[in-house]
Amino acid sequence: MKKLSLVLAAALLAGTALATTARAADELTIVSWGGAYQESQRKAFFEPYIAAGNKITEAEYSGEIAKVRAMVEANAVTWDVVDVDTQMALAGCAEGSFETIDWGKLGLDKAKFIGGDVTDCAVPNILYSTVAAFDTSKTAEPANLFEALFDTAKYPGKRALQKSPFVNLEWALMADGVAPEEVYKVLGTNEGVDRALKKLDTIKKDVVWWTAGAEGPQLLADGQVVFATSWNGRFYNAIKNDKKPFKIIWDRQAPDWDFWAIPKGTPKIEEAYRFISFASDAQRMADQTKYISYGPANMDSEAGIDPAILPDLPSAQDNLKTVFYPDPQFWGDKGDELRERFNAWLAQ
Amino acid sequence: MAMAQALPHDATMRTADGTPLKVALARAERREKLKAFALVSPLFAFIVLSFVFPILVMLYNAAHDPDVADNMPLTIAALAQWDGKDLPSEEVYAAFVTDMKAAQQNRQVALIGKRLNYEISGIRSKVIATGRKVGALDQPPFKEAVIAIDPIWGETETWATIERSSSAYTPFYMLSMLDMRQAVDGSVERQPQERRIYIDVLKRTLGISLLVTLMTLIFGYPVAYLLATSPQKTASILMIFVLLPFWTSLLVRTTAWMILMQDDGVFSQFMSITGITWLLNLFGQIDGSPRLFHTRFATVVAMMHIQLPFTLLPIYSVMKTISPNYMRAAKSLGGTPFYSFVRVYMPQTLPGVAAGCLLTFILSLGYFITPALVGGPSDQMISGFIFSATNNENNWGKASALGVILLIATIILYYVYNKLVGIDRMKLG
Repeated sequence: MKKLSLVLAAALLAGTALATTARAADELTIVSWGGAYQESQRKAFFEPYIAAGNKITEAEYSGEIAKVRAMVEANAVTWDVVDVDTQMALAGCAEGSFETIDWGKLGLDKAKFIGGDVTDCAVPNILYSTVAAFDTSKTAEPANLFEALFDTAKYPGKRALQKSPFVNLEWALMADGVAPEEVYKVLGTNEGVDRALKKLDTIKKDVVWWTAGAEGPQLLADGQVVFATSWNGRFYNAIKNDKKPFKIIWDRQAPDWDFWAIPKGTPKIEEAYRFISFASDAQRMADQTKYISYGPANMDSEAGIDPAILPDLPSAQDNLKTVFYPDPQFWGDKGDELRERFNAWLAQ
Repeated sequence: MAMAQALPHDATMRTADGTPLKVALARAERREKLKAFALVSPLFAFIVLSFVFPILVMLYNAAHDPDVADNMPLTIAALAQWDGKDLPSEEVYAAFVTDMKAAQQNRQVALIGKRLNYEISGIRSKVIATGRKVGALDQPPFKEAVIAIDPIWGETETWATIERSSSAYTPFYMLSMLDMRQAVDGSVERQPQERRIYIDVLKRTLGISLLVTLMTLIFGYPVAYLLATSPQKTASILMIFVLLPFWTSLLVRTTAWMILMQDDGVFSQFMSITGITWLLNLFGQIDGSPRLFHTRFATVVAMMHIQLPFTLLPIYSVMKTISPNYMRAAKSLGGTPFYSFVRVYMPQTLPGVAAGCLLTFILSLGYFITPALVGGPSDQMISGFIFSATNNENNWGKASALGVILLIATIILYYVYNKLVGIDRMKLG
């Protein structure tokens, strides 16, 4: 009996020890998109923050905002700071998943941030863009984005697209002849969604769908696809660091923001504010451009940006010629509906 | 009985300390039972906590949805007086404005929108927009003002839907997982064409599971026979080949298939050189291009590889127990080898076949990661949709309802199986 209780006590202790390592009381859990992007954040923000005497736990996700909602609803929030895109920031804000940001508490000037007034619930950190790319050693340069994605006769082979209606539906409509400024008017109707999906139907069997940002460049590198979409920084990383002969198609690039948001009800809200304030510093945000080609949202960062990276940013003049700006409000409002339609279409 | 009659009436049998024997026996037995119960209680508690309780929660969630009931209490109370024919009265609109203001304050508007959007496609964004604008309304009459915000509030269908969602319990999720919905008048009808997917998904799940079970039986049965009848030394070497993959993680094996199935992968090239790919195309097993990755074929092959030991091992252990004398007897009575095998040997292996097939079939029903990694979007099984409902859509009602469908399908199959084969005939060895 004594032996048994000893074993039990040991098991209990081991259990507690495990639980503590998983989540120490003073550790801030920061969740971002993994891969090259999180690596850039690690170098620019996380490591200096740890060096300043703080503790953080990193986690990765692929934008499953449902996890945040579930945590908030269950009142068991274990993520303290989350990197979200615009539609997630807007939808999460409307559903009460995120804390309202007190800019005074951050000690930052909202007016100095591009996109600072897009939502009340998040602090902009970078501007990224969804783009397509190809392997110059295998594929001839297409005339434009739509030829790359939809002309399967000229470019036989598979295409890697994000498993999400975001940007894909817009591109499909534009490829089908809808003028860029009319896209959201058309997409706002059921017929418009049908039209976009019908256009995607023409390449449905040629598409490999990806969920994590690193998959696009990977599929391209493996020769599994002739064109892949991803976020421009992921291709930049493959070109610069992995020396891949990739080229980005800037035609109809779709820029968007990433934000820092705080899930509602986190017990570490003070630390979360402290971290966001730390990571929104102009110089630190400029430093991030050394590692990835995303534009800092802090206007004061401009002076500190490495000039070598300027042509690779989505905001470079050459890259903006045929830019398409997605409407975050449209996606914040209609994202859920369109995702459901899109998933049903995928499964058919 | 004779003894009891012989003894005086009050002279019950007693133990040394004077308690009646019957009582003492009962007490001792109870103690034994308690001890036995104490021994199984950790497992019992574990099963209740990790199995029974979650299933109950799932059943509850499949029908429980309080988003509208919790956030629109005044509107629902006011709607109780509504006849359902014309538009609701001014009081309903006034209550609606009060509810929406409160919901906007608590950031619950999007939840109302999400819930209503399951039934009226496209209403979510309108509810959110209304939430933003309703704060400006402080003077009655509200009816015209609300309809002016969005004409959807001037449609009886909207209010009928709100009234229908007013109970915290709804058949909505279960119906929609059967590709059905409640019409405005409350009757049940089929979903419009572009929203009908779940019946197909259920058929697909059962179809893939059945195919995988059959294939593992066809491939596994001869191997099991070889294992059971080979000399000990050969058999142990063969057994290693069966067990080694069995001991390897499912994820590792699935990832290995991803590499083999890639367009320039070893397996793909082999299939294409030998002309099997061409044959598969002929039979419509892959989608027309000479590729295997992300096809139904790849899904079935990878699942079959993972499930093979589950079918094979029970058959093998049953075959091990069959005495070779039966076959000898059959042959000595004039049976051809084939006839003896089919009529004498095979029937004896049936309990093992039944066990192996049931195991593989039920495990296959719940497959998620293998179809997700090697299959295409049209090869995803029910579990994949449960994953996407919980992880991407935050639609726990839908996830639970799909879980219930899967549970019911499994129970029905088990019942049919029990009727056909008899669960007591099943042998795992």
